[in-house]
Amino acid sequence: MSSNSIAAPRSNSAQSPKYKRNKASHSSFEMIAWLFMRLSGVVLIVLIFGHLFVNLMVGEGIHAIDFGFVAGKWSDPFWQIWDLAMLWLAMLHGSNGVRTIINDYAERDGTRMTLKAVLYVASTVIIVLGTLVIFTFDPCPPGAVIDLPSFCTVP
Amino acid sequence: MWSWVGHRITGVVIFIFLLVHVLDTSLVRVSPEAYTAVIGAYKNPIMGLGEAALVAAIVFHAFNGLRIIAVDFWKKGPKYQRQMLWAVLGLWAVTMIPFLIRHLTIVFSNFFGGN
Repeated sequence: MSSNSIAAPRSNSAQSPKYKRNKASHSSFEMIAWLFMRLSGVVLIVLIFGHLFVNLMVGEGIHAIDFGFVAGKWSDPFWQIWDLAMLWLAMLHGSNGVRTIINDYAERDGTRMTLKAVLYVASTVIIVLGTLVIFTFDPCPPGAVIDLPSFCTVP
Repeated sequence: MWSWVGHRITGVVIFIFLLVHVLDTSLVRVSPEAYTAVIGAYKNPIMGLGEAALVAAIVFHAFNGLRIIAVDFWKKGPKYQRQMLWAVLGLWAVTMIPFLIRHLTIVFSNFFGGN
């Protein structure tokens, strides 16, 4: 840790002499967030490695992916729940990670609040959108003709 | 220390991809044509290399995350953190080599006029 070490966030900043850890926090939020990162991380390894194996390694790999591929998976509640859990856990895990990074490096209060507001809005939109897509998805949309899964009856 | 930097950088990269990936998958709700057109962009060789880099980032973040858990929860974790970093890099290589052979074969064989 001599010449090529990286300074800890804020250690060289004008704020660093004043920067101290809170003595008594009235909320256990940060501890729960810390624990959540470790628990969700373990579950995400299973979910994402499984996702990558099934979508990229099996059969024709990425070339098999089209509308029919997704429709085939989401006609099965198993993959709906799998993808729903992956969406929520990955988004919350990633959002909390980026929140930590913003807290470390955005030193001005205004900058930090603005960045976190953007993060929370973007994350909420993506989580709601993804959840709606999984549950309102129609594998055989009326009028569609290409790339439909084999179980659709095309008129 | 460098593993900490690597964990942050791979984390941010994965998060940005995740945002894009939910948006592109959401196109299944628009029409099969829209989804298939956009997902087609993921199948060209340049994107194939990008996917390889993304998976490399995910696998590092996953194994180094397990190392962080071991450092935090295992009594001897802090003592063996350096050895565990080598284990992370070793497991990363062992996972990536078969993945790259399989994925790049799929990506490039179809590009050069396979099936």
